[in-house]
Amino acid sequence: MKHLLSIEELDRAAIERIVSQAERFSEVSDREIKTVPALRNRMVLNLFYEASTRTRGSFELAAKRLSADVVNFTASGSSVEKGESLKDTVLTLSAHKPDAIVLRTPWAGAAALVSQWCAAAIVNAGDGKHEHPTQALLDVYTLRRRLGAIDGASIWIVGDVAHSRVARSDVLAFQKMGARVTLAGPPTLIPREIEALGCEVRYTLDELPSADVVYALRMQNERMEETWVPSVREYAAWYQINAQRLRPEQILMHPGPVNRGVELSGEVADSPQAIITAQVEAGVVVRMAVLYELLAPNRTGLEPGPVPAEGRTPESGTDDLAPAGARGAGVGEGQPA
Amino acid sequence: MSAEQRLVRPELPAARVLVRGARVLDPREGLDDALDVRVRDGVIAEIAPAGTLEPGDGEDAIDAGASQLLAPAFFDPHVHLRTPGQEHKEDIASGTLAAAAGGFAGVIAMPNTAPVLDSAPLLRSVRDAAAREAHVAVGFLPAITVGLQGEALTEMAELREEGALGFTDDGKPVRSAGVLRKALQYQRLCGGVIALHEEDPALSRGGAMNEGEVSAALGIAGIPTLAESTMVARDAAIAGYEDARVHFQHLSCAASVEAVALAKERGVRASAEVTPHHLLLTDEAVRGLDTSMKMHPPLTRESDRAALVQALRDGTIDCVATDHAPHARDEKEVPFEQAPMGTTGLETAFAALYTELVLPGVIELGILVERLTAGAELFGLRGPRIAEGAPADLTLIDLDAGYLAGESGWRSRSQNCCFAGRELRGRVLLTIAAGGLAHRERSGALAGA
Repeated sequence: MKHLLSIEELDRAAIERIVSQAERFSEVSDREIKTVPALRNRMVLNLFYEASTRTRGSFELAAKRLSADVVNFTASGSSVEKGESLKDTVLTLSAHKPDAIVLRTPWAGAAALVSQWCAAAIVNAGDGKHEHPTQALLDVYTLRRRLGAIDGASIWIVGDVAHSRVARSDVLAFQKMGARVTLAGPPTLIPREIEALGCEVRYTLDELPSADVVYALRMQNERMEETWVPSVREYAAWYQINAQRLRPEQILMHPGPVNRGVELSGEVADSPQAIITAQVEAGVVVRMAVLYELLAPNRTGLEPGPVPAEGRTPESGTDDLAPAGARGAGVGEGQPA
Repeated sequence: MSAEQRLVRPELPAARVLVRGARVLDPREGLDDALDVRVRDGVIAEIAPAGTLEPGDGEDAIDAGASQLLAPAFFDPHVHLRTPGQEHKEDIASGTLAAAAGGFAGVIAMPNTAPVLDSAPLLRSVRDAAAREAHVAVGFLPAITVGLQGEALTEMAELREEGALGFTDDGKPVRSAGVLRKALQYQRLCGGVIALHEEDPALSRGGAMNEGEVSAALGIAGIPTLAESTMVARDAAIAGYEDARVHFQHLSCAASVEAVALAKERGVRASAEVTPHHLLLTDEAVRGLDTSMKMHPPLTRESDRAALVQALRDGTIDCVATDHAPHARDEKEVPFEQAPMGTTGLETAFAALYTELVLPGVIELGILVERLTAGAELFGLRGPRIAEGAPADLTLIDLDAGYLAGESGWRSRSQNCCFAGRELRGRVLLTIAAGGLAHRERSGALAGA
């Protein structure tokens, strides 16, 4: 795999390979020394054209746990604000020879476009309202840990589908993993003909009890101002996931950050059914797995397996997954932020 | 000012050409024969059975053959020459060279330049520029409203005296029904076809492509075809009420075709155009987010495309217009949602339509030639004809020549062509505009046949 641009281009085997690798990395996260030398001397460049704390932080942490160098580049306060084009920015930053560029933009297809302009592996961290593949991978990872397998599960994705890249990537990922997906939300926020993705559409939550998993999307306040729905109050009355609507055996997910009292009631957000924190936790190991998949030297084979030995450097010891702590490279230490 | 004076004709060296043995096709004249055609002193001097005319002194004799088509040169009622203000995309010289290379001897330029073409002094200056620089005849449609703002009417009567062929706010709709009605009323004083870009911004706002399966999958805000068809219906009603002459630009969907058909049936003085890209491509072409596929109106779905083809065949749509919309490479080399809308089209229009519609038997060659030339008469101009004594507006096309679109570069200053790289048949070898040599294929292909 050269880039991670979308879930659309992944098959089930590729999703399983990344998720399985993430499971192996999760063991590392439980150790006292959480850093491994797998990507030592590799450079990961985070290029973010939209505000993001958790996705960017999660990628940064993932890269550092793999001992990669990390450079963060945000649109505000940079040449981008002076009118530099995406292409010129990418070409300029490519002069630093990053091994991977993690890219978030407000434009569909931007990650695929950038992959044609430079040699680095491109990780799409969100392109407009199109896709957010690492979010979908971590959702699959989290759900698979909770359910064992996703095959046959009924998953309802509820809320503002129209403006959600998470929804698009999740529909594709869940379906590739064997689930049945239903999209539900106000008719003004469900794109016409989205059924072509293979999912079903509902405009009420009447059949929500049939779901095994309820995935609530964030309802952004600016959508209210654009009158996609009459009011927050009316939205909450019809689409909020709360204790009346959620059955005890259903699993609740959310990509964060949560608007309490809007798409979720506080009580369900804090209930043991909610696996929202597990999703955040999964973000780091799944992004480690993605960076590892794209950057680890001489990765071979489609099966998850031991880390190949070819990538060792003399100081990496006998196992790439061995703690790098012996050399004192703790998380984030000495890394440019 | 006569209608013909509204067209600025190029001052080219007069062509002295004898084309021998080509398939001469002019549906208006009922011609479809192997003939010899002599051009001299700006007119078609002689037409005779193939093999009967001999070249005179200093005459360029072209031995064509049955696979070479000599047709009335095409006329494009909708191009963007980007002058003044956006000459980095195109100018009058490069745009009309592209037109000539596509077999066009006349084009009508749109007013959405910088500044907007909305005053008589500006019109005079672009007409002067066209007289100096153009390689084919150029007419201008100044704006209906000042600055294309949709509020105040331009000084339409003065603009007509300065040579306006008609008026349009192309690129933008006349959003207010009241403003459009006033323009149509005022047409009684000043004349001139009012050409309409139909779009309800309340329905299209924020959209970057057609609304449907593809936009849903890409997460790109869609423009429903409704944004166009409801405005076509509205404006047809206003035109009918005012008995005004209107022309609907770049129709893109089945519902608009129905609205035009209904208007014509009711006697509304309406005509309509369609672009090669809307006739040949659908929003499936947008899946790869190639910015060359981003146009305004957007590419629609297959059922819309099929309805447009049928409407062009049966005459509900009167003519083909390219909506040639050049943009610089760096302007299009951006994410899809950021890219400006438009594709170039002058150099590929005939070949693309011939390859995709005529060769498979969907449309007859005679009908295609008629629709590629009909634009002139719709705007009150004399249509190009192949008849002795008629002004020489001719194009010679090798129907067998196959090539990849754009493989030998473009005459246009811009390269944003939605057909780039396509396998096309039909190469324009020669274009004579107003009796002058506007284009001659350099590859030596003329020696063939």
